[in-house]
Amino acid sequence: MTTSDTTIAAGSAPEAESPSDGNYLNHAHGIRSWIFTLDHKRIGVMYLVSVVAALLLGGVFAMLVRTELLTPGKTIMEADTYNKMFTLHGAVMIFLFIIPSIPAALGNFVLPIMLGAKDVAFPRLNLFSYYLYVVGALLALLAIVTGGVDTGWTFYTPYSTTTSTSVIAVTLGAFVLGFSSIFTGLNFIVTIHRLRPPGMNWFRMPLFLWALYATSIIQILATPVLGITLILLILERTLGVGIFDPALGGDPVLFQHFFWFYSHPAVYIMILPAMGIVSELVSVFSHKHIFGYKFIAYSSIAIAILGFLVWGHHMFTSGQSAVANVIFSALTFSVSIPSAIKVFNWLTTMYKGSISLETPMCYALSFIFMFGIGGLTGLFLGALATDIHLHDTYFVVAHFHYTMMGGTFIAFVGGLHYWWPKITGRMYSEFWGRIACLTVFIGFNATFFAQFVMGSRGMPRRYYNYLDEYQPYHVFSTIGSYLLAVGLILTAVYLIHSLFRGRRAPANPWGGASLEWHCSSPPPHDNFAEQPTVGDCYDFSGLRYDPEIRGYVSDQGRDS
Amino acid sequence: MGHEPTSDAAMAHEHTPHLAHHFETSEQQFVAGKLGMWLFLATEILLFGGLFCAYAIYRASHPEIFQYAHRYLDKTLGGINTIVLICSSLTMAWGVHCAQRGQRRGLIACLVLTLLFACTFLGIKYVEYSHKWKDGLLPGTRFDPQYAPGEHGHGGDADETAQYGEHTSDEPAGETGAASPSASDDETPLDVGAGRSRVPPAADGPSGLAEVPWLERPKPHAEIKERPSNVHIFFGIYFSMTGLHGLHVIAGMGVIVWILIRSIKGHFGADYFTPVDLAGLYWHLVDLIWIYLFPLLYLIH
Amino acid sequence: MLAQTDGSFWMPTAGSTAAEEVDLLFDVIFWISAFFFTLIVALMVLFIIRYRRRVGRKAEKMATHNLALEITWSIIPLILVIVIFYVGMKSFLAMATPPEDAYRIDVEGQKWSWMFIYPNGHVDSELHVPVDTDVQLTLTSLDVIHSFYIPAFRLKRDAVPGRYSKMYFRATQAGEYTVFCAEYCGTGHSDMLSTCVVHPPGEFELWLESADPLKKLTDEQYQAYLTDPDAFIAANPEIKGLETPVDIGRKLYTKKGCAQCHSVDGSAATGPTFKGVFGKSHQMTGGSMVVADENYIRESMLNPNANVVAGYQAVMPTYQGRLKDREITALVAYIRSLGDEGD
Ligand code: HEA
Ligand code: HEA
Ligand code: CUA
Ligand SMILES: [Cu+2]
Repeated sequence: MTTSDTTIAAGSAPEAESPSDGNYLNHAHGIRSWIFTLDHKRIGVMYLVSVVAALLLGGVFAMLVRTELLTPGKTIMEADTYNKMFTLHGAVMIFLFIIPSIPAALGNFVLPIMLGAKDVAFPRLNLFSYYLYVVGALLALLAIVTGGVDTGWTFYTPYSTTTSTSVIAVTLGAFVLGFSSIFTGLNFIVTIHRLRPPGMNWFRMPLFLWALYATSIIQILATPVLGITLILLILERTLGVGIFDPALGGDPVLFQHFFWFYSHPAVYIMILPAMGIVSELVSVFSHKHIFGYKFIAYSSIAIAILGFLVWGHHMFTSGQSAVANVIFSALTFSVSIPSAIKVFNWLTTMYKGSISLETPMCYALSFIFMFGIGGLTGLFLGALATDIHLHDTYFVVAHFHYTMMGGTFIAFVGGLHYWWPKITGRMYSEFWGRIACLTVFIGFNATFFAQFVMGSRGMPRRYYNYLDEYQPYHVFSTIGSYLLAVGLILTAVYLIHSLFRGRRAPANPWGGASLEWHCSSPPPHDNFAEQPTVGDCYDFSGLRYDPEIRGYVSDQGRDS
Repeated sequence: MGHEPTSDAAMAHEHTPHLAHHFETSEQQFVAGKLGMWLFLATEILLFGGLFCAYAIYRASHPEIFQYAHRYLDKTLGGINTIVLICSSLTMAWGVHCAQRGQRRGLIACLVLTLLFACTFLGIKYVEYSHKWKDGLLPGTRFDPQYAPGEHGHGGDADETAQYGEHTSDEPAGETGAASPSASDDETPLDVGAGRSRVPPAADGPSGLAEVPWLERPKPHAEIKERPSNVHIFFGIYFSMTGLHGLHVIAGMGVIVWILIRSIKGHFGADYFTPVDLAGLYWHLVDLIWIYLFPLLYLIH
Repeated sequence: MLAQTDGSFWMPTAGSTAAEEVDLLFDVIFWISAFFFTLIVALMVLFIIRYRRRVGRKAEKMATHNLALEITWSIIPLILVIVIFYVGMKSFLAMATPPEDAYRIDVEGQKWSWMFIYPNGHVDSELHVPVDTDVQLTLTSLDVIHSFYIPAFRLKRDAVPGRYSKMYFRATQAGEYTVFCAEYCGTGHSDMLSTCVVHPPGEFELWLESADPLKKLTDEQYQAYLTDPDAFIAANPEIKGLETPVDIGRKLYTKKGCAQCHSVDGSAATGPTFKGVFGKSHQMTGGSMVVADENYIRESMLNPNANVVAGYQAVMPTYQGRLKDREITALVAYIRSLGDEGD
C-alpha cells in the first residue's frame, strides 16, 4: 500500500522474528488465557481495546452533536435527544475513555517494563480493576439503552435529582469506574515504591513514570470523594436524604463543591500522564537528553498537589462567597507555573537536538501547540472578571477540548504510535501516520477554534437552539469535526492494517533508551530474561541506527 | 479487598510457596502488601471524609437541627456498640499476634470472637434501625416522627423534654415560605408547584459555603422551643454515615471469614501471615471510623 | 435588531460598565497569551528546521539542566499571572459590590422562563432598566438551577433554588440585549431567553407607569371596564396602555412565559395548545372528562397539576402569586377568544 509497506515484505523480517519468538502474545493461547490473565501487558491491551471502543462511541455521540448544531433548532433530533447526546458524549469520553486511556491502557503496559519489574505489585488487583471497568462500562451502556441521561456530565443537583432519565445507572457506573481507577493508581504507587530493581533510583526513572506516579496520587486521593458524592446522589434520588436537594432544605451548591473536588483534580489525572508521554517523545525524537529532568519530575508532583486546591474555579458564578472566589482564582494561577516549566523544558530539549519528525513526534509537537492554547485560555477562565463572562459558554467548551482532546487525547495517540511496535510487534505506515496527524491537527483546530470565538461572543454551552448570529461559527466547527473524524478513522485503518501487514518491529525502532526498548518487540512474558542494567534513560549516545533491521542497536554491538 | 499479592500462589516459586513470581523476596512482598493496604485505607478514609465534610458543613450552619435531633438516638445502645467494636479490635489485634507466633488455635479463637462481636454490633444496629423505622425517624420526605425526642418510645433523654415543647405537625420548612426578597408587594407568598416538590424552597436552608450576610435570615432558632425546620437532614446524614459504616462492617466480616477458613486449613504460620495482618489493619479502620461516628452523632452537647 | 450583533472580533457590544473592565482584562490576557504562544510556536518551528535530523548530524552535547534558566522561566510567568489575577480580582470585586442606593429588581428563574418583579409589584417577562443607573438584581429559582446571563453586560449569576443571589450592573447604552440562561436546566434550556431593554433617560419611568394598566383601575372602574372594554377605553384615554382583555391576555401570554409550553396554532408542545380548547371537554390523566371553562383554566394556572390533560406530564409550575386576579381574567379572555376562532 505504501512504500514502507512494500519494503517490509521484501526485507527485514528474518532478524526481527527470531528473538521475539517467545513473547507475551503467543505465550499462551485461547480466550481463557486472555480473560484470566494476570500479565500486566495483556491487561493493558484489553484496556486499550476497551478505551478505543469507548472513544469510538463517544465520537459517534460527538458527531451527532455537531451535526445537530449545523442549524438553529431541529436539524436531526429533538431537544431532549440532544441533551442526552451531549451528556453521554461527555460522560463516555471522561469516565470511559480519557481517565483510563493513558494510565490504565498504556501505563499498564509500559510501567513495569520501564521500571525493570516483572509485573505490577498486585496483578490480581489489576485484573479485578479491569473487570470493574467492564462492569462500569456495562452500567453506562445500560443507562444508554434504558433511555439515556440528560443531566450533563456534571450531574448538578437538583436537576439530576428530579429528571426522569436513568441517572442512577450512570452514576453507579461512574462509581464503579472510580474504584477501577483507584485500584490502578494504588497498584502503580506500590509498584513504583516497592518493585524498583537495584540501580533504579527515583531520579533514573523515566519522566513518564514520574507522571504516572503523580497521577496515581490524585487517583487515590480524589476519586473516593467522587464515590461518596455519587452515592449521596443516588441516595438523594432513591430515598430523598435531602443533603443536596433544596426542596428538602439541602444545599445544591454543596454538591458542586463535592463534584469539583474530584473533577478538577481529575483534569490533572488526564493531563499529567499526557505530559509524561510528551517528555519521552520530545527527548527521544530530538535524540537528545531531556533538559531539566528534575524540574519536569517535580512539576508533575507540584501540579498533582496544587490541583487539589483550585476546584472552586468552576463555581465563580454559583453564589460561593467573594472571598472564596478570590482565593480559588489565586490558587488556580499557581498551577500554570509548573505547566509553563514543562513547556519551556521541552523546547530547550529540542534546541540543538537532532529532530526526526516521525509520527509520534508529530503528535508531540501538536500537543505543545494545542495544549499551549488550551492552557493559556485557562488563564482567561481563572481570572475572575473574565470568567464571569465566559463561564458556561463555548469558550469553556473550547478550552477543555483543547486541553483534553488537543492535549491528552493527542498525547495518547502519540504514545500509542510510539509504543505500537512494542505492543504489537508491528510497524505501521509512517506515510499515512503523518498524513493522518496533519488531518487531525487541521480538523481539530477548525472544530474548536471557532468555538472560542462564539463562546466569547456569548454563545452558552449545552444549547440545542441558538441565535442566528452564531450559525457561521457552528457550521465551521461542524465541518472541522468531520475532517477530524476522517483523520481518526484513517488512523484506525492504517493501525489495524499494520496488525496484519505491518513490517515486524525491531526491538528499538525509535532510538529510545528506557528499559522497554531493551526487550524484544513484543516483550517476552516475564519482560526480561535477566535483570536489565539500569542506566540513564535519556542518554542516547550509545545507540546507533542499523539500517538493516531498521532500528537502533547499542554501539558496542550488545543487543538485548 | 481480598486481592493481596499473596494469592498469586499459583505461580509461586518452588521453595517459598507464598512468594509471587514478580517479587524477589518475601520481605519485599510483605512490605508491598502493607503499603497497598495503607493506601487503600487512605481511600476509605477519604470516602468517609466526604460524609464528614457534609456533616461539618450542616452542623456549622444549622446546629439547632443537630441539637434537637440527636436526642432521638439511643446513647445506651450506641455506647454498648462502641464498646463491642473496641473489644472486637482487641481480639483482632490479639489474633494477629497469635498469627505472628504461629499459634493456629489462638488465631482461630480470636477470629471467631471478633466475628461474634461484629455480629453483636450488627444486631444492635438492627434494633436501632428498626426503631427509627417504626417511629418515622427517616430521611427526607419519609420523616414523620411519632413523638418529640425523649418523650416516650425507644430511648432518648426524658429530662430534656420539658425544654422542647410539643412537636409541630406540619412539614419541615413550612414556615419559611419564600417571600419575595425585596419587592414590596401585597401578593401571596410564592409556592412551588405541588407536583414538583413537597416542600417549599428553604429560604433559610443550609447554605453550605454560600455568602448570605446581606440576606435577612430568620433568627437562627436561638432557643429551640419547637422542632426546627429540616430535622430530617440529620437522619439523612445519620443513615448515610452509619449505613456506609455498616456495609464496611459486613465487608470486614467477609474478609475475616475468609481468613478464618484459611487459618483452619493451616495456611498461616510464623513465616507467612500477611493476609491476617492486612485484614487486621482493615478491621481497625472500621472500628476507628465508628469511634468518630459515635460522639459526632450521639453525643452532641 | 439586537444591539449586540456588532462588537469586536472576540466580544459582543459592550453595554455596561463591567463590560469595559472585562474587555480590558480580556485584552491583557489575550496579548500575554499571544506573546507566549507565538514565542513557543516560533521556537518550535525554528528548531525543527534548524535542527532537523540529517545523515551524519548528531544532537549537540549541552548541559542537561540550568537552574538560572529554570528560575527565569518560572518567575516571569509568575509575575504575569499575579498581574492577571490582581486585575481580575479588582474588576470582579467592583462588579460584585452593589452601591447602597441601587434600583432593585427581583428575578425568578423557572423552567423555562425568567420573571422580573419590579419594586411596584409589576411582574414582567422582560427586564427593563434605565440607562446609566445602578441596578441590583436579586435572583432565585423556583425549580432547578438557572443562570442569568447578559453577554453584552459580561455578567452572569446563578439563580439557585432556596437561595438568593444578587448581581449588580450599570447599563451604559440604551438598546435591547439578549438574556440567556447559562446553566443547563433541561428541555427548554436553550429557549430560556429574555430581553433586557435599556431605556434612554426618562423613558423607564414612563414604561413602568404604563406596563400594568389593570393595576391602576379602581374596583368600580374595573367592573365598568369588564362590562364594556371598548367603551371604557374610549372614555378613559388618560389610562396609558389599557387595551381589551383579549389584547392584554395576548400580551400576558408571551410576557408570563405561557408561550414556552403552549402554542396558539394547534401544534403540540410541552403543554396542550390553547387553540380551540375553550369550552370543549377534555380527557384528564386520571381518565375523567373535564370541560375547559373559566374555572378549569383558572385552576390550571393556580394549581396546574390538579387536573392534567391526558398525554401530558405534570410539569407546569403554579402561577399562584405570579398572576394577579385581573390578569387571570384577561388570560382567560384571550384563551376563550382562541377557542372561538378554533370553531
Ligand atoms: C486535561 C484537562 C484540563 C487541563 C489540563 C486544564 C488546565 C487548566 N484549566 Fe481547565 N477545564 C477542563 C479541563 C482542563 N483544564 C475541563 C474539562 C473544564 C470544564 C468542565 C465542565 O464545566 O464541563 C475546565 C474548566 C476550567 C475552568 C472553569 C471554567 C468555567 O466553567 O467557568 C477554569 C477556571 O479557572 C479552568 C482553568 C484552567 C487552568 C488555569 C489550567 C492550567 O492548568 C493550564 C496551565 C497551562 C498553561 C498556562 C499553558 C502552558 C504554559 C505556557 C504556554 C507558558 C506561558 C504561561 C504563562 C504566561 C502563565 N478550567
Ligand atoms: C476526552 C474528552 C472529550 C473528547 C475527546 C471530545 C471530543 C469531541 N467533542 Fe466533546 N465534550 C467533552 C469531552 C470530550 N469531547 C465533555 C466532557 C463535554 C461536556 C459535556 C457536557 O456538557 O456535559 C463535551 C461537549 C462537547 C460539545 C458541547 C455540547 C454542548 O455544550 O451543547 C461539543 C460540541 O461541539 C463537543 C464536540 C466534540 C467533538 C466534535 C469531538 C471530536 O473531537 C470527536 C472525534 C472523535 C471521533 C470522531 C471518534 C473517532 C475514533 C475512532 C475512529 C477510533 C480511532 C482510533 C484510534 C485513534 C486508535 N463536545
Ligand atoms: Cu434555565 Cu438553563
Ligand atoms: Cu478545573
